This record gives sequence, structure tokens and C-alpha cells, in this order.
Amino acid sequence: MESRKQAVMQHIRNETALTNAQELMNASTERCFKSCVVNPGTSLSSTEQACLSGCFDKYLEAFTVVSRAYAGRVRSELGPSQEEAKPTVF
Amino acid sequence: MSDSLQLDAATQNELQKFVAQETAQRKVNESIHQFTGLCWDKCITNVTSGRLAPTEASCLTNCVGRFLDASLQLVRDVENKRNQIGHA
Repeated sequence: MESRKQAVMQHIRNETALTNAQELMNASTERCFKSCVVNPGTSLSSTEQACLSGCFDKYLEAFTVVSRAYAGRVRSELGPSQEEAKPTVF
Repeated sequence: MSDSLQLDAATQNELQKFVAQETAQRKVNESIHQFTGLCWDKCITNVTSGRLAPTEASCLTNCVGRFLDASLQLVRDVENKRNQIGHA
């Protein structure tokens, strides 16, 4: 019973993590493509590649900053006694 | 061995609570993605630098706070309008 329950819970957790990761990829890819690939050529130039990598790193950082800001705000609105959902990346 | 998920009431209860928590977590994740996109568009000028500048980081933090403030204010405004209509 316990192991089946754990398996179900882990499966649900994995779903949440997967959706989160997919959303992160979609959002960052769209924005970084918009910014870095202005005139699409027949292949990605090295400049474009470097821009995309840097942009992605930056987007992950921005995501972390926003997560912390949101968590901090939720904490101060609800008070420290309330149980809150913790934002996680992966 | 049966394939169906046969669980006792206590376990079902526990799972229900867990699913409720997980659903709340997903809503939080969704909000964070929404804010990141919104605030990235407002705050990030130089995409190529690869690291977040301190000004950009504080802009992102402010952006989240102000969005939530704006949301709260609009809810209050709607409430006020409803009350006005009620007393008309």
C-alpha cells in the first residue's frame, strides 16, 4: 500500500516537474529566438549561437529572481504560519 | 494481481491532500512563468550579456511586486463598483 502510494505521488511530482521544464523551454526559446535571430539565414551564425546560449542562461536567472520575488510576496501576504507552495525549477 | 488502484480510505485521503498541494504548486509555477515572461519583456534590454545586471534583477523583483499590487487594486476597484451599484 505504502509503496503504491509513493509511486503515485512520485508520478504526479514528475508530471509537475516535466510541465514546468517544458514551459521554461518554450518561453525562453521564443524570447531568445526573437532577440537573437533577427534575420534568419540558412544556418545559425556563431554570433547567433552565442547570443542564444547567453540569453538562455539569463532567462534561467530571471526565472529564479522572479520565483524568489513571488515566494517572498506570498510569504508576506499570508504570514509565516501558512503553508505555501514552494517554487522549484526542475 | 489486480491492476486497479485499490487503496484504503486513509491512503486515498492522503493522496487527495497531496494532489491538492500539487495542484496549488502547479498554479504557482504557472504564475511564475507568466511573470517571468511579462517582466523579461519589460526589464531585459541587453539579451547578449549572459548575466543579469543588478538593475535588471531589481527591475524584475519590482515588476512582480507591482503586478501583484495592480492585481489587488483592480480587485478592490471592482468591489467598489459593485458596492456603488448596490447602493444606487
